[in-house]
Amino acid sequence: MKAKFLASAGIVAATAVALTGCSGGSGSGGGGGSEAASCTNTIVNAEAPQVTVWAWYPAFNEVVDQFNNANDDVQICWTNAGQGNDEYTKFSTSIESGSGAPDVIQLESEVLSSFTIRDSLVDLTEFGANDVKADYAEGAWEDASSGDAVYAIPVDGGPMGMIYRQDLFDAAGIAVPTTWEEFEAAARKLKESGSGAVIGDFPTNGRAFNQALFAQAGSVPFEYDSANPQEIGINVNDDGAKKVLEYWDGLVKDGLVATDDAFTADYNTKLVDGSYAVYLAAAWGPGYLQGLSDADPTAVWRAAPLPQWDAANPVQVNWGGSTFAVTEQAKDKELAAKVAMGIFGNEEGMNLGVDKGALFPSYAPVLDSPEFADKEYEFFGGQQINKDVFLDAAAGYEGATFSPFQNYAYDQLTEQIYAMVQGEKDASQALDDLQASLEQYATEQGFTIK
Amino acid sequence: MATTTAPTSSHPAEATNQVKHRPDRNYRRKQRWGWLFVAPFALIFLTFLILPLVYAFRMSLFTSTLATGNKFVGGDNYIKAFSDPIFLQGLGTVAKFALIMIPAQMLVALVAALVLDNLATWASKFSRLMIFIPYAVPVVIGALMWGFLYSPRFGPASSIFGIFGLTAPDFLAQDNIFGSLVNIVTWQWAGYYMIIIYAALRGIDPGIYEAAVLDGASDRQIALRIKVPMISSSLVMVVIFALIGTLQFFTEPQVLRGVAQGAIPVSYTPNMYAFTLAFSYSQFNYASAISFALGIVVFVFSFIFLFLTRKQSGLK
Repeated sequence: MKAKFLASAGIVAATAVALTGCSGGSGSGGGGGSEAASCTNTIVNAEAPQVTVWAWYPAFNEVVDQFNNANDDVQICWTNAGQGNDEYTKFSTSIESGSGAPDVIQLESEVLSSFTIRDSLVDLTEFGANDVKADYAEGAWEDASSGDAVYAIPVDGGPMGMIYRQDLFDAAGIAVPTTWEEFEAAARKLKESGSGAVIGDFPTNGRAFNQALFAQAGSVPFEYDSANPQEIGINVNDDGAKKVLEYWDGLVKDGLVATDDAFTADYNTKLVDGSYAVYLAAAWGPGYLQGLSDADPTAVWRAAPLPQWDAANPVQVNWGGSTFAVTEQAKDKELAAKVAMGIFGNEEGMNLGVDKGALFPSYAPVLDSPEFADKEYEFFGGQQINKDVFLDAAAGYEGATFSPFQNYAYDQLTEQIYAMVQGEKDASQALDDLQASLEQYATEQGFTIK
Repeated sequence: MATTTAPTSSHPAEATNQVKHRPDRNYRRKQRWGWLFVAPFALIFLTFLILPLVYAFRMSLFTSTLATGNKFVGGDNYIKAFSDPIFLQGLGTVAKFALIMIPAQMLVALVAALVLDNLATWASKFSRLMIFIPYAVPVVIGALMWGFLYSPRFGPASSIFGIFGLTAPDFLAQDNIFGSLVNIVTWQWAGYYMIIIYAALRGIDPGIYEAAVLDGASDRQIALRIKVPMISSSLVMVVIFALIGTLQFFTEPQVLRGVAQGAIPVSYTPNMYAFTLAFSYSQFNYASAISFALGIVVFVFSFIFLFLTRKQSGLK
């Protein structure tokens, strides 16, 4: 128990040690060629100045090599500092301590506000970001900017679609649903057919997934502009969100969907072993499915557009999507901006990302190219899923606004949805409680609520 | 010879006298050697524990919210902490754990130690090792492993219950998570406490048992009336370890949260709350205050417990 006591005491200690900035070799600020030892990749041109990059993209090493080979005047020194929250934790600590952050960092668009409010990201407009604006999908660009400022260069997006098991659908005699009404009917039919599968999962910890479903029904949870950072509008319990949550609550109560936590081992297994007939997924979902080691080779996967509330007025939404931002700690901000804009801002780099890393590009020359549209996916039996599903979804996406305390908002959302699924409160109550807790938090944090 | 050794081998009593009144140069020189031996540890202790603690304490006196800058607020964060329902709820959770988990661990450890103390076969050595092994498994690995054992899909529970035609309970559901965590911690730590108690039992003079047997004491009487009272100071120490550890409860729920996010909220225990505040919500100042507030609670509880058991622990 003593070890445990020390370990816990270490939370205080570790925080403080990290904050005093005496963390030694970990923060290799970049710039100096002598610090090349900490790079994961090999530096091609040792004479050129280096820019440190944190990123977790799949197959990123090949993209880095491609960039380094193509550039004599700048070299990327890449480190994988963990995925998502793992990386943000490190970045957050280095912001607090004032050192140790990389020059360029991969951030999901949903957390950009959380970092801009701490003055830790560089506005890229002064380095010519607006000149390349036309090269990127509109919604993705919108996500990466706030007002007139551009805080990151979008790399990949997550337009949503519906990936489903054709074999399970056929066995139960179900047609592919195009609206949520049909989706519910299909769920009932599947259950009545005696199939072992449910139509899908409604994860209480779905975070951005749940938020995307709300957005599809017109929910606009936050109003926030980094030009006016002390003010925020919070509307997490608007009609759209309530409609969606009531719908899913109904499915849960009738036992038509599972409520497993997403991205756990259980969930991953159920995704591929036929427990779920549908995987409501972002464009990166197929890559994720393929990566699961037990992916069932006999399963017949197909992709279709996300079901709609109103088939006449389809609304496209996005789940995830990441960007490159330049940190305030970057030694040479112009050079860092060049890397942020350049690494996936060319067809060779982006194509590597698409082919090797299964990224869904935000870079227009690739996104709009016939090669990308016509790409046939073996996993889907040769279906051209980009043309059939995801390109439309990406084109229809108009961007979203996230709060500067998105992590807190997500954690609270998870708690409320869990309480709902447990039958402790109804959908409307859960969202009202969420609204109250977020308003209180925002006030405590010194925001004025619009 | 006599003249040179006399000062250096001066009697302890003499030495303490000199400390109190007028330290002589030889003694000071010896002291310096002592410091030299302590120096490596002292340096690490200062750098990695005392300095960070001081720094964290200083941080806890400031506040810096997302929308406003850094400003000195004195004890405000502590007032906020002790009136923060989330923190108090976390304290309530660990108090509940302490009430259930500590007796459970003690009971398992004590019974195992008493049984092993009475056995003198190869089986006892083997069993001792087996009970101790969970402690040798790193806490994180242990918690991950239990996460899989509890899993409705991978865990053995569903097949075991299936034999009897029953459905296995969902160990990771909200209602069961408390028991699941108690089980992990007991499994992990009982072996360690067992070794401490066992060592204390081996230290008892066997002559006492002989006398007891001559007086007609049964094995059970020997165990409860002789062994347990004689090792009470070790038992007190074990409870103190368990108490401090339980109030600081962190690793097991944090790891298990990976598979049961709904059932284990981010602020389940005070330590998890501090961790989340600092690393997820960027509230480093308030997180420091929460950590120190927890430290105060741990200190108070340990102090009260030691005060109440001062007779058993031999402190009085």
